[in-house]
Amino acid sequence: MPPTPSLGTPVPPAQPSIWGIAARITRTQYWLFAGLGLLSPLLAWAWLSASGLIDPIFLPGPVQVFTRLLSWLVEDDLWGDTLISMYRVMAGFALSAVIALPLGLLIGAFKPVEAVLEPLTDFIRYMPAVAFIPLVMLWLGIGESAKISIIFIGTFFQMVLMVAENVRLVPSAQIEAAQTMGATRGEIIKLVLLQSAKPAILDTLRLTMGWAWTYLVVAELVAANSGLGYSILKAQRFLKTDTIFGGIILIGLIGLLMDQAFRWLHRRSFPWLHAQG
Amino acid sequence: MSKVHIQQLGKVFGTASANAVPALQEVNLVVEDGEFVTLVGASGCGKSTLLRILAGLEHHSSGSVHCNGAAITGPSADRAMVFQHYSLYPWLNVMDNIKFSRRLRVNREDLSSSDVEAASGRADALLDLIGLGKVAKSYPNQLSGGMQQRVAIARALMGQPAMLLMDEPFGALDAQTREVMHDLILHVFKLEKATIVFVTHDVEEAIFLADRIVVFSARPARVLEVLDVNAAIGTDRTFETKESEAFFRLRNHVLHLIRDQTRRASPEMTETHS
Repeated sequence: MPPTPSLGTPVPPAQPSIWGIAARITRTQYWLFAGLGLLSPLLAWAWLSASGLIDPIFLPGPVQVFTRLLSWLVEDDLWGDTLISMYRVMAGFALSAVIALPLGLLIGAFKPVEAVLEPLTDFIRYMPAVAFIPLVMLWLGIGESAKISIIFIGTFFQMVLMVAENVRLVPSAQIEAAQTMGATRGEIIKLVLLQSAKPAILDTLRLTMGWAWTYLVVAELVAANSGLGYSILKAQRFLKTDTIFGGIILIGLIGLLMDQAFRWLHRRSFPWLHAQG
Repeated sequence: MSKVHIQQLGKVFGTASANAVPALQEVNLVVEDGEFVTLVGASGCGKSTLLRILAGLEHHSSGSVHCNGAAITGPSADRAMVFQHYSLYPWLNVMDNIKFSRRLRVNREDLSSSDVEAASGRADALLDLIGLGKVAKSYPNQLSGGMQQRVAIARALMGQPAMLLMDEPFGALDAQTREVMHDLILHVFKLEKATIVFVTHDVEEAIFLADRIVVFSARPARVLEVLDVNAAIGTDRTFETKESEAFFRLRNHVLHLIRDQTRRASPEMTETHS
């Protein structure tokens, strides 16, 4: 090998710092940090409850909560509570989506529809959904329809506005290109607006699904005799904090799973968005 | 036969007289069949507005504009437009983007299978023409900016429009890619016997491509001068064309016209349509 001219001792290539602004990290590093983020609250909780500083009646340990979840599953009706809660979320959410999607599309596509509906929706959106509970109970009692209605009120108005915005953000060049290719109004809605906004709309659904869970718990705390939210409320009366902890964690886990399911669906449905050159 | 007749065309944006912004004033122009016409002018002068009126995407305020003898009242498949960017459908692959206009027609009419086959043949031919046969199945966001504009051109040509309107189609591309695109569009122009109206702010591009150049005044745009490029530098356009003395003279003449206009316009002139 010919001798290479050198300006001193060779310097190994610099390792980029992971702390640079917007720096990249490897997949392993990512999961390492994710594990740290997820585990440290758990460890802090375990340590705090084991230290005896706080009465276990107020702060049960992780093991105790886990045991309670098991007994809830075996002796009580954890499955039933979970399923009825999921049913309510799904029903309220689906009802919202079925009406909000076409309405949002129309608001986003046509200015007169926007003028008629958007200020009104904006107004209703700022009325707290929770404040409707007494009214809903007067009208519908405490049956399933009451809970589904509260979830509907909590999610529908936000969803309409977000879908309308998703549609408005379709680049005008996409619409105008279709017009100069001879597309009719209906074709533009079906083949351009809807297709172009679809990924953003799915993200809107993912976000509002999270809110649907919040309103489910609210509805069940006030007007129910079954479900996860109801179990949490009942546990409070008997000072069963382990059940409260278990219920909260379970709802969090279900929410996380739903969120991941939506993300998976997003990747699967829109390969063109995730495709890289 | 002349293709486009523009007579005393005027355009004012805004309705209230207080915030009315005139964009075009008494524009007269005739575009012949099979002609390549480029529109240049100071940025924000209103040349893009004129193109959008030809496309039917914008309505004129006064005067008249006809294409093939019929008044232009709205967008039509007869007048396909190529935009600067963001006009491709990212959810469709290259082939399906090109076939989009065909899909509209299949939806509407009952086309025989031979029609559909002929369409596929044309799409394949266009794909070859723009040199992207290998990426027919790729999505737009997997392509470079230059490749995306090739697809946009092929897509506009697919429906065999009477006229191709191009709004700074190469404005976002780098200089090398732009030169390649110039050769491509001239090739397409000859092969498809198209009529092209092309808006650009790049004077060299405007001269290199055009049969005639229309130079516009500062806003509101009036036709300042129409220059016969073929008479000045001939019809053959090669790499050497851009180095000829005639080319330089013409370029300097147009640049002076535009610079004069920019100086005359008020300094706070804002840009709405570049």
